[in-house]
Amino acid sequence: MNDQSAYRTEMLPPRQAPDQRRGIGGWLRANLFNGPINSVVSVVVITFLAWCLWPFLKWTLFDADFLGSTRADCTGDGACWVFISARFESIVYGFYPEAARWRVDIVFAMMAALVAWLAIPRLPYKRWVGLFALVGFPVVAWILLSGGYFGLEYVPTRAWGGLMLTLVIATVGIVGSLPLGVLLALGRRSKMPFVKAVSVIFIEFWRGVPLITVLFMASVMLPLFVPGNVEFDKLLRALIGIMFFWSAYMAEVIRGGLQAIGKGQNEAGQALGLGYWQRTGLIILPQALKLVIPGIVNTFIALFKDTSLVLIIGLFDLLAIIRAGLTDANWLGFSTEGYVFAALMFWVFCFAMSRYSQYIERRLNTSYRT
Amino acid sequence: MNEATASDTRNVDDAKPMIEIERLNKWYGDFHVLRDIDLTVAKGERIVICGPSGSGKSTLIRCINHLEAHQQGAITVNGIEMTRDIKRIEQIRRNVGMVFQHFNLFPHLTVLENCCLSQIWVQKKPRAEAEKTAFEYLERVQIADQARKYPGQLSGGQQQRVAIARALCMRPEVMLFDEPTSALDPEMIKEVLDVMIELAHEGMTMLCVTHEMGFAKTVADRVIFMDQGQIIEQAPPSAFFNNPRSERTKLFLSQILGH
Repeated sequence: MNDQSAYRTEMLPPRQAPDQRRGIGGWLRANLFNGPINSVVSVVVITFLAWCLWPFLKWTLFDADFLGSTRADCTGDGACWVFISARFESIVYGFYPEAARWRVDIVFAMMAALVAWLAIPRLPYKRWVGLFALVGFPVVAWILLSGGYFGLEYVPTRAWGGLMLTLVIATVGIVGSLPLGVLLALGRRSKMPFVKAVSVIFIEFWRGVPLITVLFMASVMLPLFVPGNVEFDKLLRALIGIMFFWSAYMAEVIRGGLQAIGKGQNEAGQALGLGYWQRTGLIILPQALKLVIPGIVNTFIALFKDTSLVLIIGLFDLLAIIRAGLTDANWLGFSTEGYVFAALMFWVFCFAMSRYSQYIERRLNTSYRT
Repeated sequence: MNEATASDTRNVDDAKPMIEIERLNKWYGDFHVLRDIDLTVAKGERIVICGPSGSGKSTLIRCINHLEAHQQGAITVNGIEMTRDIKRIEQIRRNVGMVFQHFNLFPHLTVLENCCLSQIWVQKKPRAEAEKTAFEYLERVQIADQARKYPGQLSGGQQQRVAIARALCMRPEVMLFDEPTSALDPEMIKEVLDVMIELAHEGMTMLCVTHEMGFAKTVADRVIFMDQGQIIEQAPPSAFFNNPRSERTKLFLSQILGH
């Protein structure tokens, strides 16, 4: 009878006290308010930050206008993001003809898929996808973007612009400058005098001139030296200039990594009968590149941001196209919105690269892996 | 070569030499590191090279697989004469395994990958076959259970045993040991020496630069004493330790044995 009672006969064991070391509350207690002095400092700093950030948040978010299509829709005191949304198409595609913008979309989608595939370690067939990304994709992207084949309308590179142009320049720059930089770094450490001299001269020349000069030379001076009937595309010239310029920086970053690898690694490879390229590719570079990932990504980020310098040779990248919009008679006076948006776009890409590099560094850290 | 000679007396003069070094001279700038070295090593012979630091003993064995280039003299390994030709050098290196003082394992590869790398890229073996060979030798140095770990996770003694297995995977004719126990903690020296002693008993041709005189007494056919780039004295271990002829050898022995 007793065991079928509706009431418990014994006390429940006491429950564990709520864990106060976890969650936001716990984190605050552990890091910001763990003592009288720290509490005071935290309050002061938080107040100061709020005081600084509040007007900015008010302007960008709380008092801002997001919806509409003309400047008449901007009635608040804050930012007028309508300016951005009204021009969004041109910010992304530049002067690319509207009817052909689906081609750009396909290239964007392919690029995103390839980057994701290569960046996510779990996905298989890395080697083949990587090979396609380096060999197949540029050809496909070129055919799609430039047109002129398979009945696609020809779009000259001077019509390219906006985010699309920025990504084209940055991608070609990044993909081109890394291998070239590796070769230059190896060349600079070579025992062969000719190879060494060529590498040193190349690196010191390109590193010694400002990027603006390089672009200007590529755009204005080069056509003066080649025969009139030979026409290099202006974008192509700029791309080569950017690639050479950044490969010189890359070479020095990578050389730092090469120098950090002890002589013993190379000797062990030699003693096992491995040839120069095998030792370099299988033993030295995997270790050296891993060491200088922060430097390499640093260079990538600098490269990405400096794509906006193509403005001076008349190419309209993301920043330039936004600036061009500022002179639109219907939209005068929205330069702050324009620059803030441009900054945000650049920041998103650069921050993504930075985070990914940190992730890769942790993943490749074999020396303490347990 | 006749098998009876190889297994019992190991008489140097009977066999076709594995390594022949004639009048070897080497300079680092003005510094004369190796002076007129003549050395013949028979197949299956085990040689211990000792001497004070800076005497050129490491340099000598590093010349045998051309980690160091010599300026004068001739080196012949397993019938192949050393030239400047990189193809020829790599051919010699395939016959010569080397173990370093600081192990020089590849830290970005697992133990197993360390052992397979040169089999796959130099000997062009399929991966499965390379791994089979790797496990065979890792088993012999009793470290097969650590095959999937990275070198950084192993102790010094374990790393050095892996390094020995890695060299053996290439099935070399000669093994060079460059102070293999000098960088180890005392309690790990034995596990590495045991592997080396076992290897010696299996008839591997070995040249060991080492200060382990116990090892020299146990397995060496010949002990070579070097000083200032020259071979001062060479003799079987019993004669070398009991009746050293030169004063410098006596001094050296009294310093390292006289505790």
